[in-house]
Amino acid sequence: MKIPVVRDILEANERIAGQNRELFDENRLLVINLMSAPGAGKTSLLERSIDALKNEISMGIIEGDIQSSQDAERVARKGVPAVQINTGGECHLDGNMIRDAFKDLDFKGLQLLVIENVGNLVCPAEFNMGEDYKIMMLSVTEGDDKPSKYPLMFRKSRVLLINKIDLLPYVDCSMERIEKESRRINPELTIFRISCKTGEGLNDWYSWLREQVNNKKK
Amino acid sequence: MHEMSIARSMIHIIEDEMHRHNAKVLRSVHVNVGRFSSIVPEALSFCFEIMTKDTDIDGARLVIDIIPLMGRCVSCDKEFEITDYSFLCPFCGGIKVDTISGQELSVVGIEVD
Repeated sequence: MKIPVVRDILEANERIAGQNRELFDENRLLVINLMSAPGAGKTSLLERSIDALKNEISMGIIEGDIQSSQDAERVARKGVPAVQINTGGECHLDGNMIRDAFKDLDFKGLQLLVIENVGNLVCPAEFNMGEDYKIMMLSVTEGDDKPSKYPLMFRKSRVLLINKIDLLPYVDCSMERIEKESRRINPELTIFRISCKTGEGLNDWYSWLREQVNNKKK
Repeated sequence: MHEMSIARSMIHIIEDEMHRHNAKVLRSVHVNVGRFSSIVPEALSFCFEIMTKDTDIDGARLVIDIIPLMGRCVSCDKEFEITDYSFLCPFCGGIKVDTISGQELSVVGIEVD
């Protein structure tokens, strides 16, 4: 006897992500899922963004790593509520882990929640957590061939931040190639060229964030 | 990636459906894997085999269909296969393309006694 089923294998995670999303929307909380390879500069971006925006946008951070609480400590030092999730081995965060983090993070007064995902260019793209946007970072030291090698992450992201542009004189990396390739995969991608080290280009990123937070309030 | 936990989730769905339909024996399960998903069919088959071994559903056949990556242009409404991950409309050059298939990971059906 043949039984039609038609059930999404990731339905359990999608259900939890949907519930998370409802909770975030009720609280008019903008949630971004920040992804990149290890060492591209996610935590540095958060440190810079917190310094620039904390007096006008109340924000909280959820840090995801396999081990260690270094990242949560770094952002907490900047004076924002931060929670560290240690996955112990799982290479990405999922909806359930985020839901578990709610007991340690009171987001009722927050306007922006940033979830810094585990450093990984593959898996985070497949797992929703209830976020509004996926934001990815690529640093110039990683090479300009990454979009065609990791198309799913580029396709799912709303924004691409190309970081470490201060190192361009020392690496063979064409930003034009990164932008052309990534726009082929995701023509609507918003791209910012930045350096978390020197601060170059960050003002445009802050403006984008402000705009999104304001839109969420409406 | 994660084919082991995917296999586990599949088995959960299968057992749920078998219970609902009072089925005793699983002959086969049909799964759709989209081309844009990062699941490797061979790895999934392997993990499914390992996880069903010596269980009630040991021996069931896993049939995997790879679903092509298809898009529909929002501007001109034409549908096309997306090749080489290029999401620009080949008909009108439009940049807004909805993905209509190719990202799924689903249990489509089961065959039981």
